[in-house]
Amino acid sequence: MAFHSMEEILDYCRIGNKKFYEAVLEDDMEERKVSREESMKEMYVMWDAMLLASTSYDGSARSASHLVGGQGLAMEEYRRGGNTLCGDYLNQVISQALEMGESNACMRRIVAAPTAGACGVLPAVLIPFFRSGQAGHRQIVKSLYVAAGIGQVIASRAFIAGAAGGCQAEIGAASSMAAGALTALKGGANEQIGHAAAMAMKALLGLVCDPVAGLVEVPCVKRNVIGAVNAMTSADMALAGIGSAIPADQVFDAMREVGEKMHPSLRETGEGGLAATKEGIRITRSLVR
Amino acid sequence: MNIFDILGPVMVGPSSSHTAGAVRIGLVTKKLLGSVPARAMITLSGSFSATGAGHGTDRALVAGLLGMRPDNICIPESFDHAAKAGMEFSFAHEAIRGAHPNTALLEVWDKNGRTVAVQASSLGGGRIMVNKLDGVEINVTAERPALIVHNVDQPGHVAEVTSMLAHKSINIATLNLYRDKRGGYAVMVIETDQNIPASSLDWLKRVEGIIKVTCLNLGEEG
Ligand code: SF4
Repeated sequence: MAFHSMEEILDYCRIGNKKFYEAVLEDDMEERKVSREESMKEMYVMWDAMLLASTSYDGSARSASHLVGGQGLAMEEYRRGGNTLCGDYLNQVISQALEMGESNACMRRIVAAPTAGACGVLPAVLIPFFRSGQAGHRQIVKSLYVAAGIGQVIASRAFIAGAAGGCQAEIGAASSMAAGALTALKGGANEQIGHAAAMAMKALLGLVCDPVAGLVEVPCVKRNVIGAVNAMTSADMALAGIGSAIPADQVFDAMREVGEKMHPSLRETGEGGLAATKEGIRITRSLVR
Repeated sequence: MNIFDILGPVMVGPSSSHTAGAVRIGLVTKKLLGSVPARAMITLSGSFSATGAGHGTDRALVAGLLGMRPDNICIPESFDHAAKAGMEFSFAHEAIRGAHPNTALLEVWDKNGRTVAVQASSLGGGRIMVNKLDGVEINVTAERPALIVHNVDQPGHVAEVTSMLAHKSINIATLNLYRDKRGGYAVMVIETDQNIPASSLDWLKRVEGIIKVTCLNLGEEG
């Protein structure tokens, strides 16, 4: 039985003296009737696909609309210049998020996490962490269980689709998942994982889904950046011992309420927000056959 | 939802509904036909028609017809692959009445002239529903094997088919019967827990009164 609340996961860990990832892994073994090895192998496939997507990024590719492409490459060149505001590590995160979002828009292979539109958030925080030698494959795979567990709770209490609850349900959910994964990777306690996930979602609460011309390009690609950076700041706050005043489950419930109240024009219909700006409409018209 | 519905699938972008779901629709159609079609006429409806080009829906559908899965990196070049495979295809844009917003109608022919018409919709997250087969409402999710039998509208056929399945130890999950007013025949839609062996299909095709046997087994895509 999949978990429906962070409280359930934390209780399960408290009673069995387990780590967060073990709760999610054991639940998957139970739910899908698979062995520990089978489950972990499958999760490894997801991680492997993220790495492969990252190494096969093509900065010269352009999306169908030509709105997207080359931004990750530009960011990477800027970072190498060594004179950035955010510093080298955070700039790696930014480049990675842009690259993955662009790859998705350019019909390349990615891992939906939790959706294709938000596919850049998790790799953006995990790949630089891995490449800088702070974790090995095994630890990263374990952290993906933490992310998946949080995503499962969000899906069960609210939604993970822009059409259902706006971008808070895609980039917000991905950011919350990534914040938890990072906190686990840094050795944070189970409760801190919960706080990180809650804080990340709170920061993106209310984010609408307003893709120009209905395409997963603008603003989606760049929103992966804020999802990733927000995950880092939320994890750092949690690791510093700062808690979320509102518990994670209640934050997710609030996300649901906000999503339900969101006007349909702001839920992936491409009829409101950025899509309905003068420039957004001009772009849409220029794409019509 | 299991954790790999959250983390995953591995797929070619940009959209799980407009790209990955569209590949699955093509793939299911290919399976229902029994081979890669020689010719395909594809009608795009609703948002598949409006934003399909930007999402690569057209290339995704053709990729599926060629037997590609949603994570195949050749999906963007599927039109070239179709040319190499000798598959002709054309697209039309038309609002299909009463259909889900993301819907396509695929009319396909194999080289021997066998044909099926599949109307399917992409429900989100890559999940799909086959709404109609040859104009008859069937509503099959394609997450379980399915057997669709067109037969002359006379008693006895349901018993024949179900006892054949029982004999092969195949569990029936759902069974629905429809009547096609135009053809004057009946359609049985049976979802099963196990795949249906080719030998049983051949046997069914020879039974008197059975007009057409279409089968959707899982895990055979190549
Ligand atoms: S704006 Fe909409 S389509 Fe784009 S990433 Fe956000 S939720 Fe997905």
